[in-house]
Amino acid sequence: MTATTPPAIATTPNAMNSWFRAIRRMLATQEGVLALSLVGLTIIVSAINPRFLAPENLSDIFQFNAYIAVAAIGMSMVIISGNIDISVGPLISALAILCGTVATSGFPVWVAWIVPLIVGVLVGVFNGIVVAYLRIPAIVLTLGLHSVIRGLLVILAGSKVISDLPPDFGLAQLTPLGIPMPIYFMVVLTIIAAIWMRYSARARAIYAVGGNAEAARLSGINVQRTIVFTFMINGLMVGISSVLLATQFSQIQATPPPGLELFIITAAVVGGVSILGGTGTVIGATLAAILMSAIRVAMILINVSPFWLQAVTGVLILVTVLADILRRRRQSRSIRA
Amino acid sequence: MTQPLLQLRGISKSFPGVRALDNISFDVLPGEVHALLGENGAGKSTLIKIIAGVYRPDAGEILLDGSPVHFSDPGQAQAKGIAAIYQELSLYPELTVAENIFMGHAPRGRFGAIDWTAMNQQARDILASLEIDGLDVTRKVGALTVGNRQRVEIAKALSQNARILIMDEPTAALTETDVQSLFNTVRLLRGRGVGIIYISHRLQEVFILADRVSVLRDGHYVGTRLVSETTEDSLVSMMVGRTIDDMFPKLPTTIKEPVLEVRNLWRKPLIKDVSMQVRAGEIVGLAGLVGSGRSELAQVIFGMTPPDGGQILIDGKPVQIKNPGQAMKLGIAYVPEDRGLQGLIRQMKIRENISLAVLRALVRGPFIDNRAERNLATRMIEQLSIRAYSPEQIVNKLSGGNQQKVVVSKWLAGRPRVLIMDEPTRGVDVGAKAEIHRLISQLAQQGLAILMISSELPEVLGMSDRILVMRGGRIVAEYSREEANQELVVTAMMSETDHNRTPKSQPAVETNTV
Repeated sequence: MTATTPPAIATTPNAMNSWFRAIRRMLATQEGVLALSLVGLTIIVSAINPRFLAPENLSDIFQFNAYIAVAAIGMSMVIISGNIDISVGPLISALAILCGTVATSGFPVWVAWIVPLIVGVLVGVFNGIVVAYLRIPAIVLTLGLHSVIRGLLVILAGSKVISDLPPDFGLAQLTPLGIPMPIYFMVVLTIIAAIWMRYSARARAIYAVGGNAEAARLSGINVQRTIVFTFMINGLMVGISSVLLATQFSQIQATPPPGLELFIITAAVVGGVSILGGTGTVIGATLAAILMSAIRVAMILINVSPFWLQAVTGVLILVTVLADILRRRRQSRSIRA
Repeated sequence: MTQPLLQLRGISKSFPGVRALDNISFDVLPGEVHALLGENGAGKSTLIKIIAGVYRPDAGEILLDGSPVHFSDPGQAQAKGIAAIYQELSLYPELTVAENIFMGHAPRGRFGAIDWTAMNQQARDILASLEIDGLDVTRKVGALTVGNRQRVEIAKALSQNARILIMDEPTAALTETDVQSLFNTVRLLRGRGVGIIYISHRLQEVFILADRVSVLRDGHYVGTRLVSETTEDSLVSMMVGRTIDDMFPKLPTTIKEPVLEVRNLWRKPLIKDVSMQVRAGEIVGLAGLVGSGRSELAQVIFGMTPPDGGQILIDGKPVQIKNPGQAMKLGIAYVPEDRGLQGLIRQMKIRENISLAVLRALVRGPFIDNRAERNLATRMIEQLSIRAYSPEQIVNKLSGGNQQKVVVSKWLAGRPRVLIMDEPTRGVDVGAKAEIHRLISQLAQQGLAILMISSELPEVLGMSDRILVMRGGRIVAEYSREEANQELVVTAMMSETDHNRTPKSQPAVETNTV
């Protein structure tokens, strides 16, 4: 561009350029990719079936999947710390049943809402201690826990459905200012977690431990305490998630949604959390949870068999993990050059 | 003159920032033991890895029986009869002796199944041909002593009809009897016309075993001598013969009271009754071979591993250091040997790496004070002239020298009083090396007590006010800057006589294989 160019002509390509640049910059981060994918998906699907944008449909996407996003926040932190938690699926179910049982046993509803949080935190602390101090790999421990909780659920609750819930129990059915409660939870928790992960020293320690535990230890970070703390936060998120699940309908089922933990882990990974630990954000995880839920709903609306959902989810995982690995390889090549 | 089995001509090899080998020529005759000498980092390991097909040379050619060969992987070198036995033995502990010997080329019977009887018999034959008896070929290798494992390695090499056998410090982990029997095996092989490349830090062994000896220094070829026509002194001077130039800008400092003191420190098996002190403003160089206990000493002082006995004093007061956090509170900082494994968090930004050890001091309210953190990073980048376009750059993308500077700044950020640096310039290019040396010198001038562990003698000699030499877990010599010279230090480091050598215990060897 030269100074003699008339400004009127210059602005158009410039504006175009800055648009492209903005999009290019967005594509450089996983969050940007997800946000753009969400926009793209909305445009395409609503063109095929305008009902996609109907309020009840959008609320379905957001409201009924918020508990997944909340659990994905905790999962992201655990994966960033270099660990994983496979047990979240059955645990969310079990805590939801616990929530309903407490409520139907005559306790005030707020007690029913708090108890799963406390139990979730305790389970998280237990997991953290076993992983950090007994040095049992998290994947082994939580895989075992997955089976244990699942088995206990079948033995204790069977195919039971809790339906005689108190009238004021439905926390997730409240709609302050016309917006469903789960959306508040999802948005507020994501924002708090995102700020905390970015700016607090504790969270920096989580990234450091996941990035290089030995270097973190030598830098004076208490690696074990950091791991316990991470699992504790995850337990809290699982607790909140279970309350949202328990209170969103008029009944609670004892059977966990199939593949729930996989869906949550996928959300974290698709959200840009490296499965190898050390990098990622919770905003990405939340966006990915929304995107994946939107894909699920979209497939129904454009008449794709729901059996394709698993395949699509799988492809999504493979593509993101591949992209992550390629990104890493490019980085390590640039130091070798 | 006999045709050499193997000839290297003008071999060069570079790694990022380091020229590991520069125009090396080397040959091996049939039926000779050719010793390869050089300090740590002289390029011996790189050279043998090129011969064994692990690395490909950037330039130069390899001739086998006079015709050029190109190896793109170790398998090809093995197929041509070149076998290497590395310091860390490469056996499968859960498999038997015979299975290890014939790994990858087991005798086959009908339908391609392994013929176990034939394999065991052939394994016995090979061991017998090496005059090794009493080794059950059906035992698991994991249950064997180090000496026996090494025999299995040699048998494995012979099972592939090796004509050239590379041995990288084969005696480093052996007991005295095993050393003797290894020598016998080597002589036996030599008698059969095998060409042996023998690397050792023990000059004595060179004179006992080798026919010729070649010396490398800083990746350059220095010369080859007939062992019968050379002396220990002349080999040492070939190895170290360098002048100390402006690579080592040592500044004058005022040395004050002792800050760090260690009394009768023990940590089995690698630290034995070590006492020493480092004073404010002083750079103490700690020399010694790899495995002499230098790094272990640093790790005990920094609270990474607990001592078995002895005292650590800071400012004359005994202290208990149970973890790195406590060491940091006492003003001790440790720049570790392996910056990739112990120093950096590669995915993190420069800013985040630099602030990692002082995060607690940077916290205001619930959060890290962003501006203070960025200022710290900017200041360190400037002070250490780290070449990066921004404090927000991911450290993984920096060069080795700049990465090392990031690790150093992380520790300087805590304003330590004692700075322990383990191999501060390893894998760093020459320019960055001089800069790091200048920095170390400035820090000492500002009153830091510095303990510098280094395998590079010129660095130790050029930077230190005082030099301690460790060998076999003990401090065996101490020299002032004025009295120290390369020959003295090298002699203290390596010229141990065979009778008073302390064999390293088994556990230390096991960890080597990791």
